[in-house]
Amino acid sequence: MALLEIRNLHATVDDKPILKGIDLTINPGEVHAIMGPNGSGKSTLSYVLAGREGYEVTEGSVLFDGVDLLELEPEERAAAGLFLAFQYPVEIPGVTNATFLKEALNAIRKSKGEKELDAMQFLKLIRQKAAQLNMTDEMIKRAVNVGFSGGEKKRNEALQMAVLQPKLAILDETDSGLDIDALKIVAEGVNALRGPERSLLVITHYQRLLDYIVPDVVHVLAHGRIQRTGGKDLALELERNGYGEFGANEAA
Amino acid sequence: MSTIETYRDQFRTHAASLPGAGLPWMDELRAAGLDRFSKGGFPTQRNEAWKFTSLRPLEKVTFALAQDGAADSVPVDLIPSVMPVGEAAHRLVFVDGRFRRDLSNMAGLPEGVRLEPLADTLARDPEVVAEHLGRTATLDGHPLLALNLAFLTDGVLLRLAKGVTVETPIELVFIGTGAAVGPVSWHPRILILAEENSEATVVEHHVGLDGAVYFSNVASEVVVGRGARLHHYKMQREGTTAFHLATVTARLARDASYDTFVLNLGAALSRHEARSVLDGTGVECRISGAYAVRGQQHTDITTLIDHAKPRCTSREVVKGVIDDQARAVFQGKIIVRPDAQKTDGYQLNRALLLSDQAEIDSKPELEIYADDVKCSHGATAGELDDAQLFYLRARGIPLEAARGLLIAAYLDEAVDEIRHETVREHFRGRVHAWLEAR
Repeated sequence: MALLEIRNLHATVDDKPILKGIDLTINPGEVHAIMGPNGSGKSTLSYVLAGREGYEVTEGSVLFDGVDLLELEPEERAAAGLFLAFQYPVEIPGVTNATFLKEALNAIRKSKGEKELDAMQFLKLIRQKAAQLNMTDEMIKRAVNVGFSGGEKKRNEALQMAVLQPKLAILDETDSGLDIDALKIVAEGVNALRGPERSLLVITHYQRLLDYIVPDVVHVLAHGRIQRTGGKDLALELERNGYGEFGANEAA
Repeated sequence: MSTIETYRDQFRTHAASLPGAGLPWMDELRAAGLDRFSKGGFPTQRNEAWKFTSLRPLEKVTFALAQDGAADSVPVDLIPSVMPVGEAAHRLVFVDGRFRRDLSNMAGLPEGVRLEPLADTLARDPEVVAEHLGRTATLDGHPLLALNLAFLTDGVLLRLAKGVTVETPIELVFIGTGAAVGPVSWHPRILILAEENSEATVVEHHVGLDGAVYFSNVASEVVVGRGARLHHYKMQREGTTAFHLATVTARLARDASYDTFVLNLGAALSRHEARSVLDGTGVECRISGAYAVRGQQHTDITTLIDHAKPRCTSREVVKGVIDDQARAVFQGKIIVRPDAQKTDGYQLNRALLLSDQAEIDSKPELEIYADDVKCSHGATAGELDDAQLFYLRARGIPLEAARGLLIAAYLDEAVDEIRHETVREHFRGRVHAWLEAR
């Protein structure tokens, strides 16, 4: 059974149609990339899947692991195994990274009927995951994303993913604002999570990230619809030729 | 009978039996207080300082003066304390306005520290009271101070001799039980005199049973001497039907440090008014606070920081959370006198509105008459941030828990202004208990 099955998805923002009939199927363990010019609807798709307010689905359906995803609250989607790595991770003053992650992990465990982790078990887990991403204890104790550099914020997203172990992770422009070293660290963190039970949806404007997180399938999104689907070579082709043939002017 | 007549009538009945009666200067002070109050009664909203807080609900109730001995035997199960259970604190406890020697503990204080109920001082050593009563808290334009002076029933004298340091917090506990037949009022006066280079931490607890109708009109006069350091914290958790009005007036001498924090959680109607005069160079004054109100509660924090001398620092951070139809008021005035060059003043006021009917009235006021000063202020009011809420929910944290995390973080930031760790943790615990009761 497919992990994610999007059928004829239409969505509006402020009554403006953005997604105009998306069809997309992702099977367990697959890595899909969605590439497209600015304004093509890439981020809208990620927010619609994560359940953000203000993104209204007007037509179509999304099945996630056999469940109607669009009926679920954002926290229920997370509990079901959906994870959105934000393009712009949000700063939350006064809430430490440790508290945030512990609340999140235990909420998800609880909703699955699993036992919540106590402080010691959690600390052990988070230290181990953080070390893999070159994150210090100090970053764990700091308020969520407050005072973090662009690279640290993206590493923090990768840490959350590593702790929460989702079935499907959507990476929304994870490469934006990263230098090549930071990009490598984040990509390594993401690749470490790849496995037959975990799927990835990598949303990006540039091909560069796909050198490090190599996709099985590449889709081109433009004007709210998937215009073309191919293998990883499609990304290289786009890098050479731009999105011109899909009607978007790169110079604009 | 008008409100004023009611109070005048009570005064005629009780004056002869109030502490210090018969001391000519005390009788004069009380009479002056009553006269001042009689001129206009409780302040109305036409009075600029009371524009946002109406005392009409208070005027509608006739309060008996807490006088009879009923409160002397009310059983008290739990005395609030910042100290860990089992560890003795220095404390004075008042139940329904009456000093309770049986619940208090004045033993074990270092030499040079005087801590006693003010009625004792008036009986045994009235000169000390004569020297200080009404000197820092002058009556000009302040009917509540006047009312407190007229009906002063008891209170606290805390005097720290030169150079003395008290490590353990000194706790002043006021408990309202509602054990009396009808509504009761009490008017405690707290005198804190920290002499040169002394240091202490004072924690006030004002607590009461929900449903008890009482009026606590507290007046505090604080003198912090040269180089002295006073940490003065207050927890207001009065019962849901109580009225709590407090006026704290402080005079700070050269190089003094006065570090204060108030947490308003209780009472139907409460006001905490703090006025500090920075009356010497090099003073550091911190007046901060937080509140969390719900239902129909009304809370008011009004402050005046008067920079009278050069090179003083003041810092003020007041944050609060308002739910349901509750209302909050913040009025913060900073005056920088012509002489007060090199003043460094900072004021921040923020309010978080949790419902459409919640209301905040915020009035920052800077009056600067010197030219070489650094003075900044900021005021914001808003709702929980949608982006933050979505981020937390997208990680699996349910909506209510996410809201709770953000509200706690918001208030914790204010509570972090408390420098004393034990006190800070206690106050933080109270904030979180408030949240859990949501």
